[in-house]
Amino acid sequence: AGVTVGAIAGPAFAQELEPNSYEDITSYNNYYEFGTDKGDPARYASALTTKPWSIKIDGLVDRPGDYSFDQIMEGMTVEQRIYRFRCVEAWSMVVPWDGFELKDLLDRAGVQSDAKYVAFETAYRPDEMRGVAYPVLDWPYREGLRLDEAMHPLTMMATGIYGKTIPNQNGAPIRLVVPWKYGFKSIKSIVRITLTDTQPKTSWNMANAREYGFYSNVNPEVDHPRWTQATERKIGGGLFAKRQPTLMFNGYEKEVADLYRDMDLSKFI
Amino acid sequence: MIDVLNKGVRRIHAWPLYIVGVIPAVWLIYSGATGGLGAEPIKALEHRLGLIGLQLLIAGLAITPLRKWAGLNLIKFRRAIGLLTFFYILLHLLVWLVLDVQILSQIWADIIKRPYITIGMIGFILMIPLAVTSNNYSIRKLGAKWRRLHQLTYVAAVLGAIHFVMLSKGFQLEPFAYLIAILTLLATRIRWNRKRVVA
Repeated sequence: AGVTVGAIAGPAFAQELEPNSYEDITSYNNYYEFGTDKGDPARYASALTTKPWSIKIDGLVDRPGDYSFDQIMEGMTVEQRIYRFRCVEAWSMVVPWDGFELKDLLDRAGVQSDAKYVAFETAYRPDEMRGVAYPVLDWPYREGLRLDEAMHPLTMMATGIYGKTIPNQNGAPIRLVVPWKYGFKSIKSIVRITLTDTQPKTSWNMANAREYGFYSNVNPEVDHPRWTQATERKIGGGLFAKRQPTLMFNGYEKEVADLYRDMDLSKFI
Repeated sequence: MIDVLNKGVRRIHAWPLYIVGVIPAVWLIYSGATGGLGAEPIKALEHRLGLIGLQLLIAGLAITPLRKWAGLNLIKFRRAIGLLTFFYILLHLLVWLVLDVQILSQIWADIIKRPYITIGMIGFILMIPLAVTSNNYSIRKLGAKWRRLHQLTYVAAVLGAIHFVMLSKGFQLEPFAYLIAILTLLATRIRWNRKRVVA
């Protein structure tokens, strides 16, 4: 516990990262199941029951089943990792997450050799989530990763922020964090993880494939059709906050560029 | 009832509306500067100003149908509402230019490359001659042409609503509600019975 990423990864992390305040991180959220306003999740997500919680792990795994939250956490090394968080809407934060590597969970389930992708699903609870009454997206929220992305040491499952239990608006009790991809890939409040051999359908890609690709790696050279991705504004700078340049793979190029070495990233968005 | 209302309206002046109308803008800017608009005040301010602009457009477009269908005469407030609309859209644009995009070359690229910004920009440009001619002198000087010119409001309103629909993520109802409100108010102006007009 308490290990910062600087200790385990290269120079990209040597750069000083100034974490956002707990207040910023927990008051400015996109979690459309609770409403589309940035303040809606903080206002309404307390309605979500997070105890008990379990994740169904199925598909191409040796040990499928419903894993309770306690079973998942048993024996996991929870550590703090300070990651950049870059939203597709061109704002960013720096978040000190607490969690463990997704690989550790997948290994426990026993990934079979023909698995190529991992699909994730967020809880869908109309009684607790006022936002799902509107067809903003095709609920439940779905996301997916290629298996090598999922097994990458940077990819984590977060259960806390600043050493505290993760608040509901940030995806309690357990969420994905993939720091080199746009924030919407880091799916919240996960109830299902499925190993498959085909590329899973993902919510934003289903809603608008031209704007939200399956990969959605942070890339300053490929604009979103409606805005530039070359720059971003870090949350918390007030009314006169300056824009800062967006880094390739959100600053994790050294660690992850190899995953995409044969791909044209202007096509595989 | 309507007579009483009209009588009351006749007794009040239109000028206080300018003062009342500016208060929300001052309040929003103050809130943004002092943390009242949350962790990201720039986008919040930009959106709130734009939304008030659209609401004022709807208020302005409602005046004629209210007189026609309800007999309520609020026409004396129309100039103030129109000028306030321009004021809010101008502030919305300035916040986008100065606080949000910041980079001059980027601004021009955005206007040309991003259809929702192009549309919003055209809507704003169409409002400039309307704001400039919102005075008694112009009305006298332009005569019948003034009315024709000010029908540009209809185009600007539709463009503003489309701009809102185009910029939202996912399928959201609110922008469509504004578009429908504006289209409905415009529909009340169509003279369905063409023949009688010709005759």
